[in-house]
Amino acid sequence: MRNNGAVHGAFRSAAMRFFSPRALAAPYVVWMAAFVVAPIVFVVIYAFTAGDGAFTVGNFAEMGRFVGVFARSFWLALISTAVCLALGYPAAYILARESGRVQRAAVVLIMLPMWMNFLLRTYAWMSILERNGLLNRLLGALGIAPLDIIYTPAAVVIGMVYNFLPFMVLPIYSVIAKIDRSLIEAAADLGAAPRAVFTRVIAPLSLPGVLSGVTMVFVPAVSTFVISKLLGGGKEILLGDLIEMQFRGAAYNPRLGSAISLVMMVIVIVFMYFMNRFGEGEEGVAIL
Amino acid sequence: MKSKGLYSGPSVRGRLFTVLIMVFLYAPIFVLIVFSFNASSSRAVWSGFTLKWYRELFGDKYIMSSFYTTIAVSVTAAAASTAVGAASAIGLHHMRRAWRTPILFVNNIPLINADIVTGVAMCLLFVSLKAFINFELGFGTLLIAHITFNIPYVILSVTPRLYSLDANLMDAARDLGCTFFGAIRRVMLPEIMPGIVNGAIIAFTMSIDDFVISYFTAGSRAETLSMTIYAMTRKRISPEINALSTLLFVSVLALLVIINIRQKSEVRLQ
Amino acid sequence: MSKELIRLQRCTMAFDGDVVLNNIDLEIRDKEFLTLLGPSGCGKTTTLRIIGGFTAPTSGDVFFDGARINDLPPHKRNVNTVFQKYALFTHLDVFENIAFGLRQMRPKLTRDEISRRVFEMLEIVSLRGFEKRDVSRLSGGQQQRVAIARALVPRPRVLLLDEPLGALDLRLRKDMQNELKRIQQAMDITFIYVTHDQEEALAMSDSVVVMDGGEILQIGKPEDIYNEPKNAFVADFIGESNIVDGVMICDGTVEIFGRRFECLDKGFARDEPVDVVIRPEDIDIVPLGDGMLTGTVTNITFKGVHYDIIVDFKGFKWLIQTTDISPVGGRIGIRIDPDGIHVMSKSKYSGMFGDYSSYSAEYDEISDATVEAEPGDAREEGYEE
Repeated sequence: MRNNGAVHGAFRSAAMRFFSPRALAAPYVVWMAAFVVAPIVFVVIYAFTAGDGAFTVGNFAEMGRFVGVFARSFWLALISTAVCLALGYPAAYILARESGRVQRAAVVLIMLPMWMNFLLRTYAWMSILERNGLLNRLLGALGIAPLDIIYTPAAVVIGMVYNFLPFMVLPIYSVIAKIDRSLIEAAADLGAAPRAVFTRVIAPLSLPGVLSGVTMVFVPAVSTFVISKLLGGGKEILLGDLIEMQFRGAAYNPRLGSAISLVMMVIVIVFMYFMNRFGEGEEGVAIL
Repeated sequence: MKSKGLYSGPSVRGRLFTVLIMVFLYAPIFVLIVFSFNASSSRAVWSGFTLKWYRELFGDKYIMSSFYTTIAVSVTAAAASTAVGAASAIGLHHMRRAWRTPILFVNNIPLINADIVTGVAMCLLFVSLKAFINFELGFGTLLIAHITFNIPYVILSVTPRLYSLDANLMDAARDLGCTFFGAIRRVMLPEIMPGIVNGAIIAFTMSIDDFVISYFTAGSRAETLSMTIYAMTRKRISPEINALSTLLFVSVLALLVIINIRQKSEVRLQ
Repeated sequence: MSKELIRLQRCTMAFDGDVVLNNIDLEIRDKEFLTLLGPSGCGKTTTLRIIGGFTAPTSGDVFFDGARINDLPPHKRNVNTVFQKYALFTHLDVFENIAFGLRQMRPKLTRDEISRRVFEMLEIVSLRGFEKRDVSRLSGGQQQRVAIARALVPRPRVLLLDEPLGALDLRLRKDMQNELKRIQQAMDITFIYVTHDQEEALAMSDSVVVMDGGEILQIGKPEDIYNEPKNAFVADFIGESNIVDGVMICDGTVEIFGRRFECLDKGFARDEPVDVVIRPEDIDIVPLGDGMLTGTVTNITFKGVHYDIIVDFKGFKWLIQTTDISPVGGRIGIRIDPDGIHVMSKSKYSGMFGDYSSYSAEYDEISDATVEAEPGDAREEGYEE
């Protein structure tokens, strides 16, 4: 024995049983209870109570007035997600075929814009899309009639696609890049033409990346309030604006705001549930 | 396999497409940088080169104070969430699946939830607590919010590293004379360090870039750069902000280039 | 050999009600090379982990040099381990991996002392000149040597080896077997070796412990285990065996297929039903008329030094290893000398092994037994003691 102390050892071991490594997660579990679970509980309480503290579903009934806002938000988020997918998938696929050095550089280039404040970048789109903005002056120089984009839904979609495109490209890219080359060779060996290799092998294998990309774009897109305010001119409000107004705006009504937030949370969780069923397993949140 | 590309290199058309995507991503950044040198305060009309905004920036107490707030909250939140997140990831790794699964589910909520929902939920909590405890929304609540949304990213970044470790690594360290915590310090932490560093960088980036959650949790006593910019968008954003963002952007870029060059020279040395 | 060093006494291990070690008793003598042999899931790795201190038995006691060490953590035991897949520290180079245990010692060793002992060890495992290498850049065999050096450098009294050769190719395995035996003799310490490879066990060990289903079936010298297996499982797991039902007529006579054979076994009850083991190499092929039994050849495989032939005796198929060719379909006679017959009492394994009717499938399965984690290895349980 290096240390001739079985008694001491027994004590140590008993202490270890108490301080098992699992205990390292304990502070965070407490933290989550306080700052993740408790806030949600408050949202639920607020959503189901009236001003006098009595139980009510009136806050949800009141949401009926905003069906248009819901519809518009989902519609724009859907379009933005579709555009992100249409641009992001090919980009990710092309990227995965580049050499390792180019791939690494491109991933950095895609993440780099995040280091410039997103409000500011969105604001820069105002300069570009304005009636007398940079785009229209470029078009004018080419002899093309100016476009009326700013303060239209199109501008909002551009802003969303711009902000969320990296969240579509990166997860898809990381899934495609991990596909074993021998799988592709095996498919080719078994007689699949390049098109079939793509549709039968690469596309199905990249599905988890697509699903997490779609989640990562759709959720922020449906809930944004800044992009619509800046590029949409605040004429037609979206869900995010609606919630913001209930908490910090003129229409102060946190109970209605909580009800809307709760609905949104439920939608997101249902969304997440289906994504998990189709996608990866337990640890399957997207790679950032 | 990875370095050889997926099948063969992309076509010229494919490359052109990626370049266009990059142009799309960098166009507004280019505009921002160019207009930080614009003589007038117009955001669309070029009226000559100047460094005036860079000079004025450092004298602008409002912008500089929100900049300091941003840095302070980002650094503190990144450090705290990295420590807590790495420890939790190790703890979760040693946990039975039956326990781990529900904890990871809750962990994923801030990741998957819309920022605005996370923001208003925490706002409600803080406002409600004010009825019982005497405090004001400010830097403290801002910091709590940032730590809360950062930890999941750290866990997400550290966990795959833990899974790739040899199952017997900790036992090997203890076998060779380490106590349990000695083994964590001398073996496990160094082995998962790349994941921890990566998690810290992601956490810092998320904090720097966050607007929505800060907006709902900072109250009126603390203001981050994002909040300042948001307040300015109602009228006109001062080109000083452009100047500040340009400086930040260029520093990050420079940092990345330096890291890259150092890595290359290390490879060459070997 | 020498005195007892380690004793497991009525050790039981259960994970969530799943018993992986069932009330085992085991004594290990000082300076012996002992092998725990068995299929995956038999409890051999769990036994090793109990000795290493990575888990404590659910019930029962562990003694080291007479002292009970159930609750002594691994870093306080004078025992070191070479892990399956080595568990090298990838953030450290070869030198630092080997020096790791020395740097944990209190009082602290001087730098010269550490360096001297590491280089001494590099010499022993023939890795001189590799000290600054990154461990992830070494070949499997070199990583193996680093793992051995790392475990030996603190000068433990016992080295535990958990399937250390499992990841190496056949050639390297053979070399490393000799190497390990040499190192054990040079260091003059106890080696406890876990493997599922019976050839490895027979080639290296002073004692072999055959385990299955959390129980110890037999402990003995390699020759004894091979020549006198205690039951059908051991007979089948160690080498090739034909195992048939027999009846012990009296001491020295056993009846198989209704014929009486002379044997050397004694001490069974009169007319006791028994299992009879006949090793394939103990069967002589003789002309039809001279045979004690006659059968039909159904399959022949060339094995280099001999042929494996399958012979059908009244529907029961035997494996015979011989250098004499007989064509498929040919009738042959066989003789078995008294010392080629081994009689065992009936056990729960009777009737499960030793029939070559499904020859090819079973044969391959035995020779390519795969390394799999045992339930006792389950990650979650790993650090919980």
